[in-house]
Amino acid sequence: MNATEIRIGVLALQGAVSEHIDAFRLALEEMSLSDNSTVVTVRHADEIPHLDGLAIPGGESTTISRLIDKNQMRRPIEEFDGGIFATCAGMVLMATNVDDPRLTTLGLIDMDVIRNAFGRQKESFEADLEINGFGSPYHAIFIRAPVASSAGKGTEVLSTIDKGIVAVRKGKHYALAFHPELGWDLRFQVRFLEGLY
Amino acid sequence: MKLEELRFGTELLKRGFASMQKGGVIMDVVNAEQATIAEETGAVAVMALERVPADIRKAGGVARMADPEIVMSIIDAVSIPVMGKVRIGHFVEAQVLEYLGVDMIDESEVLTPADEQYHIDKTKFKVPFVCGARNLGEALRRINEGAAMIRTKGEAGTGNIVEAVRHMRAIMGEIRMLKGMDSQEIIDFARDIEAPAELVMECARMGRLPVVNFSAGGVATPSDAALMMQLGADGVFVGSGIFKSASPKIMAKAIVEAVNNFDNPEQIAKASRGLGDAMPGLDIHTLPEDQVLQYRGR
Repeated sequence: MNATEIRIGVLALQGAVSEHIDAFRLALEEMSLSDNSTVVTVRHADEIPHLDGLAIPGGESTTISRLIDKNQMRRPIEEFDGGIFATCAGMVLMATNVDDPRLTTLGLIDMDVIRNAFGRQKESFEADLEINGFGSPYHAIFIRAPVASSAGKGTEVLSTIDKGIVAVRKGKHYALAFHPELGWDLRFQVRFLEGLY
Repeated sequence: MKLEELRFGTELLKRGFASMQKGGVIMDVVNAEQATIAEETGAVAVMALERVPADIRKAGGVARMADPEIVMSIIDAVSIPVMGKVRIGHFVEAQVLEYLGVDMIDESEVLTPADEQYHIDKTKFKVPFVCGARNLGEALRRINEGAAMIRTKGEAGTGNIVEAVRHMRAIMGEIRMLKGMDSQEIIDFARDIEAPAELVMECARMGRLPVVNFSAGGVATPSDAALMMQLGADGVFVGSGIFKSASPKIMAKAIVEAVNNFDNPEQIAKASRGLGDAMPGLDIHTLPEDQVLQYRGR
């Protein structure tokens, strides 16, 4: 039995919440960490400081951003000292700059993000990506996805395609333009979890 | 990464798109101004229409896909996804909406059906579809045709939640019944409800529909929306309920808040205060049978 305890919260304001919960539970199992670890939904600001990792799921970035403010979660997320696993809309929210002036981002990763960079839903796609540090291609699911046009200080770019940067790490934080929670490949979740202990 | 290796319009992308709408409110809008209000008040997507269901009822006649000009003006006005309605079985209206760049197509009983025998073969499209259902059998037949999202039919344009409740209870209740069945009983049940056995098996295994399940048809207040969420909906479509109310902006915000806090009476109470009049409602029992929209398509 592994005694390591990891507490993961999935921000449950809007979007693909249950998919992240299932994927993290599977990843913890794969790492033999599920005995003492927990994966929970997060709907209140006071739950955030108790976590080791927080997932910000895909959904509508404008909606999630509004609800973060409405539920007074902006400060607790900005001051959170664990790791953040942000996908799609989550990646948009993590950026310092976004191409939509109506959106107030969290600014936790120094990067410029473009929303819906590939176009509308009919331009959504699946593709095999080269990821820094992965031995074999990673099958990624892009749904009305953003890209980063640049990533600055303290960031590590993990994957780039012709439109721009699609995977970034900064310390314990990951920002991914695609949806690791919808596929079967748990390498990103495992890598994120390894960074938390 | 080579462009020819990209895969578009897969089942995973369609169902994934639907998953991104979860916990959200999708609002009916008839012009760019309403679409902007919907986006500002926290809608996850808008449904572009020529008329909201309450006005379709009033107008009578044949209700069809919206004018592409309306759809395009709404697409240009917002950054959130835009959906559009087509008549049941009218695959050319669907081809047009896909071409225009609509993100999801609602094959909807609210419009006058174009085909009384067949629904659209939704597997032929890159864009995902949502379809209405009154029970598990209907939901699974639509999923079998390629629907990536299900919504209750309810009774659109009435401002009366009773039918949406009936349909959500039917779907959730039938899925709960599956729990106690062995595989032979499941196959028998599948035959009864006229649904593919593999899909019924999948529901039994997952304890839910294999796609996202929203509520629609009759949501008029924040409490209505929260009721549907507590009954198991993944999110809510609001048709006439917002822009037929006395103050659409406030109503839209209140419904978004009620869906976000659907299990918190204090927050629902707060959101419900001083909203002004909800849309005027219709008693379902007073409707002549040919005006009951949920009987269209089965």
